[in-house]
Amino acid sequence: MTGARSFVVDDREKGIFLLDREALVSDEVLRGEMRNIFAKCWIYVGHGSELKKNGDFHTRKVAGRPVIFARDGKGQVRCHLNTCRHRGALVCTERKGNTRRFNCVYHGWIYNNDGSMARVPGDEAYTAAFDKTTFGLKAPAKFESYRDFWFMNLDPDAVSLVDYLGAATEYIDLVVDQSPSNNMEVISGTQEYDVNANWKLMVENSVDDYHLPSTHSTWLNFMANSGVKMEPSKDPALVLPTHGLAIDLGNGHFTTDNVNFRGRPVAAWIPIYGEDAKPEMAAIREELVQRVGPERAKRICDTNRNLVIFPNLVINDGSSVTIRTFYPDGANKMQVTAWALGPVEESESARARRLDAFLTFYGPGGFATPDDVEALELVQQGLANYTDDRWSEMSRGMGREGEQLNSDEHHLRTFWRHWDKMMTGAQA
Amino acid sequence: MNASMSAGIANVAVTRAEVEDFFFHEAALLDEWRLKEWEALLADDATYFIPPNDDLEGGHRGTLYIISDDRERIRQRIIRVMDPNCHAEFPRSRTCRLISNVRITGVEGDIVHAAANFVCYRYRRYQREFVYVGSYQYALRKTAEGFRIKERRVLLAAHELGQLGSVSFIL
Repeated sequence: MTGARSFVVDDREKGIFLLDREALVSDEVLRGEMRNIFAKCWIYVGHGSELKKNGDFHTRKVAGRPVIFARDGKGQVRCHLNTCRHRGALVCTERKGNTRRFNCVYHGWIYNNDGSMARVPGDEAYTAAFDKTTFGLKAPAKFESYRDFWFMNLDPDAVSLVDYLGAATEYIDLVVDQSPSNNMEVISGTQEYDVNANWKLMVENSVDDYHLPSTHSTWLNFMANSGVKMEPSKDPALVLPTHGLAIDLGNGHFTTDNVNFRGRPVAAWIPIYGEDAKPEMAAIREELVQRVGPERAKRICDTNRNLVIFPNLVINDGSSVTIRTFYPDGANKMQVTAWALGPVEESESARARRLDAFLTFYGPGGFATPDDVEALELVQQGLANYTDDRWSEMSRGMGREGEQLNSDEHHLRTFWRHWDKMMTGAQA
Repeated sequence: MNASMSAGIANVAVTRAEVEDFFFHEAALLDEWRLKEWEALLADDATYFIPPNDDLEGGHRGTLYIISDDRERIRQRIIRVMDPNCHAEFPRSRTCRLISNVRITGVEGDIVHAAANFVCYRYRRYQREFVYVGSYQYALRKTAEGFRIKERRVLLAAHELGQLGSVSFIL
């Protein structure tokens, strides 16, 4: 189970960090990840706002596992394994809906929306040893939420979700605070797309600000064409127009924390939003100042943050707020799911602005994400030479004392160190 | 659907053959990356939408779309995809779209509503074949110079984008 070899060279004295590229191509590594990471860590399932009414459900794959994310008849949020206890068929095939019961089409076993067994057709044919009440749908070993973000854990010995998230909770709070009632909601419309690249490349890409000028020059042009000031910083150390940090949050979590230049629906105006938006955005900001104070309001509005919850949840609190999760479908492929998140009380015009801002950058038709996808797929194609060109270079910024820059690779190293510990079975 | 008058303009006469000719011409411009010529087919208030696969009916102001472009955003999209630094389209995809089942679904004044089914094959070097399947829904303004696109809506048949990955070209 443990004892996999290390895949990193981490020489802090010389300031060199190298990654063995086999970690990105090997099926054996993937099998190890399923055991040592996806079966041990808290994995994002969904947001409570997706289940507005009792009986609402969504089916989805979480780390490759088909599950039903549901609100039962009493209002309790649940996660059922979408597998019939009889022969193993999916018991729910609809993407979403509202139901009291999940019916297996094969032999007709029926489950209540709380997962308990409702009916086994012809149950008189079983012996006394068959206790149908024990045949409720299985659930992951643990299922907990933080501020309505629901996660599952397949490890019964796992620490609580809050302990697992640790310092990352502060960055989730900065998102939830954007709603006057502290209620954020997932907006209808799911972006589900595959990337033919190893899933860990998406982790790196989500926080790597070094790539922005080269990968996303067309987005930078679009911003400049639209009247957004995009002057390069006078500080030669900065790759982006503004200062930004990479922060290790412990437990393998990390974030960028950048002075905003790209506009934010809550609430930093840029010309793309149009003059008409100014009064409403000023009001959004004023409400925030009144509620959380000027300092925290400034932090929420005038910085943006890409947060990674180890291993595979990204919350981009940037041009808009996205929840993005992805899981491996083979060593060379991942399946990505992304949603937009917004305050429940948002006006029609503010919601439209948020969605428009989302599409300026993110998603499969956005002005940036398709080029990220391209970059990751180019990496994966290039990695076919891994036996003869073994190491990926990830030392950027290692000599830097104190605060670490978003355009360095401190946060990427944070990920890989934690990943390596979990894979080798060292104390994580 | 044939309201006799709309905004004081008599309903234009239109045949399916005219609409088909327009669609086939537009498809050729897109497949040949003649996007400046394609842009000339757009009305000043043109919009281009791809709703999300799981909510085809939702409005673009309250639903997260894949693409939701107004006229200015379309202009910016063309600048972007023609730029060699649009990595997802450099080298450019080769596409071939087949358009069929063309129907006129309504006429309101000078606006012709029309729909069609499409298959768009997209090829990139060393990569999987991408096959986009779905329907187009158009609002076309009939002018003396020919049709101008007022709204262009692409409905994807797949339950999710999945292996189609991105929509980095004009679909």
